[in-house]
Amino acid sequence: MHAFQRYLRNPSAILGLVLLLVVVLLALGADVIFPRNPLALAGRPLQWPLANARFWLGTDNLGRDIAAQIFHGARISLLIGVVATSIAVVLGILVGAVAGYYGGLIDEVLMRLTDAFQILPNFLLLLLLIAVFGSHIETVVIAIGMVSWPAPARLTRAEFMSLRHREFVEAARLSGLGDLRLIFSEILPNALPPVIVYASVVMATAILLESALAFLNLSDPNVSSWGNLIGQGRSVLRSEWYVCAIPGIAILLTVLAVSLVGQGLNDVLNPRLDQQ
Amino acid sequence: MPLLGFALRRLLTSIPSLLIILVGVFVLLQFAPGDTVDALLAQMGGGDIAVIENLRRFYGLDASATVRMGRYLLRLVQLDLGFSAIYGKPVAEVIVERLPVTLLLMASSLLLALLGGIVLGTMAARRVNKWPDALISTVGLLFYATPSFWLGLMGMVVFAVKLGWLPSGGYEELGAGHVGFWRLVDIARHMVLPTLTLALIFLSIYLRIMRASMLEVSTMDFVQTARAKGVDETRIVTRHVLRNALLPMVTLVGLHASTMLGGSCVVESVFTLPGLGRLAYEAVVQRDLNTLLGIVFISALLVIIVNFLVDLLYARLDPRIREKGR
Repeated sequence: MHAFQRYLRNPSAILGLVLLLVVVLLALGADVIFPRNPLALAGRPLQWPLANARFWLGTDNLGRDIAAQIFHGARISLLIGVVATSIAVVLGILVGAVAGYYGGLIDEVLMRLTDAFQILPNFLLLLLLIAVFGSHIETVVIAIGMVSWPAPARLTRAEFMSLRHREFVEAARLSGLGDLRLIFSEILPNALPPVIVYASVVMATAILLESALAFLNLSDPNVSSWGNLIGQGRSVLRSEWYVCAIPGIAILLTVLAVSLVGQGLNDVLNPRLDQQ
Repeated sequence: MPLLGFALRRLLTSIPSLLIILVGVFVLLQFAPGDTVDALLAQMGGGDIAVIENLRRFYGLDASATVRMGRYLLRLVQLDLGFSAIYGKPVAEVIVERLPVTLLLMASSLLLALLGGIVLGTMAARRVNKWPDALISTVGLLFYATPSFWLGLMGMVVFAVKLGWLPSGGYEELGAGHVGFWRLVDIARHMVLPTLTLALIFLSIYLRIMRASMLEVSTMDFVQTARAKGVDETRIVTRHVLRNALLPMVTLVGLHASTMLGGSCVVESVFTLPGLGRLAYEAVVQRDLNTLLGIVFISALLVIIVNFLVDLLYARLDPRIREKGR
């Protein structure tokens, strides 16, 4: 419980946790509070927030309830955040672990592959993947995971390279453990903390990537996503700017929550960096 | 020239990666539904089979995928990017028209992010844990979490719609007929909002790195020595601390070259700037695969060149590399 107590001593980390809980509650409460399809026509279009008691965040230019879209949109952002990040981190750990553990030619080949992914702009590759495989929400989630693995891979590789000749690893090797056991049960648990902290950066980026795609109308149009709503509201930006403003604040707060939790975890898991 | 040698060695290692990108993207595009001819036919509203076959032969689409890939790579070596069916001219020409806008946007954003990050990061580090530090760090955190396209839209509402200080989009006022100096002023006015939009997220990262490395470097022995010798604080910061604190920033600039290029896709779409990023978006929507491949190639080259320059700069800043050549 020691780590948890240390986490709770940090006010900005608590703020992050609270914000994140709010987003989770929005996602969980979406079906209870707004059981209707959030993308269905709900009332007269372009009613300002608080102007009508039924629509306390107003309606967009298609007459859809903005509050309902915010609640349901939280699900998409969390889905993207959790699933795409898991894909990226698992892929990154696999590539980084193999490259860092074996070194030599395998390392060289895997690192040139990682370089290739880092040279090609993330967003451009994402556009390519969407152009080829379509913009279903599943495709979008997988595509975002596919473009986000290089940084965790590099981090894992660096950890593995510094750990692979430590005494406890050599001892385990002498006692006859195979490569797989050494990688997964000896080295990986020790290499994991910085990668877990970095996962928060991957998650923040993933949420931003999806919202940008949705804003450009390249994400799934059939799910309620905050980015979609901003893209939709763009045509009435000059007068009814609230249609764009509200979902943007939702994205901002969610990404902020993820970053703050990540920083809090970092201070707990990597105490030597916590000297300011 | 050990300095150049170091950078050149790093440049050589990017060649296999470039090859992986080109082959990978070419293979990826084989899965795309419909080719250039299909896109063209959709635009023309259909055509008879003989015409279609002729078109396929004209664009070299009748050969097998392996042959086409070989041809494509061979042409790339000669810097021939092929022909864009949608724009009706060579891809290289389309890209060259769009490139300056993106380069200008990236350069100005990078400059703003670096300068802002260095200044604010230094200010925060010199008043660590006091209110200026808290304020700067909080603002940095907010910028980091803000989606750039949203920031752009909100900037548009405030500065273009409500206040009317800045134009809301485009690269220049086309009908105004500005020439010479006034044209530059006009373009600069159009670039203010896009530059801010693209730069702020990078500024927030640089500011955080700068603050951390300033704090780290200022506890080191050589800084303590300088302080003991009675060197005044401003000089310590500019001559001793800053130079060392800059190293991690320079590394990041190399890494960010490709992120920035990706970010300009979105920013250019928000502000309807005729740049490379917007071209990529249009190429995706119109299934102009030749143009898309060309953009991938040029973007990769651009990132590699930026990294080469960053390596040169890094070696210049860090005498340890200059000495050993590695």
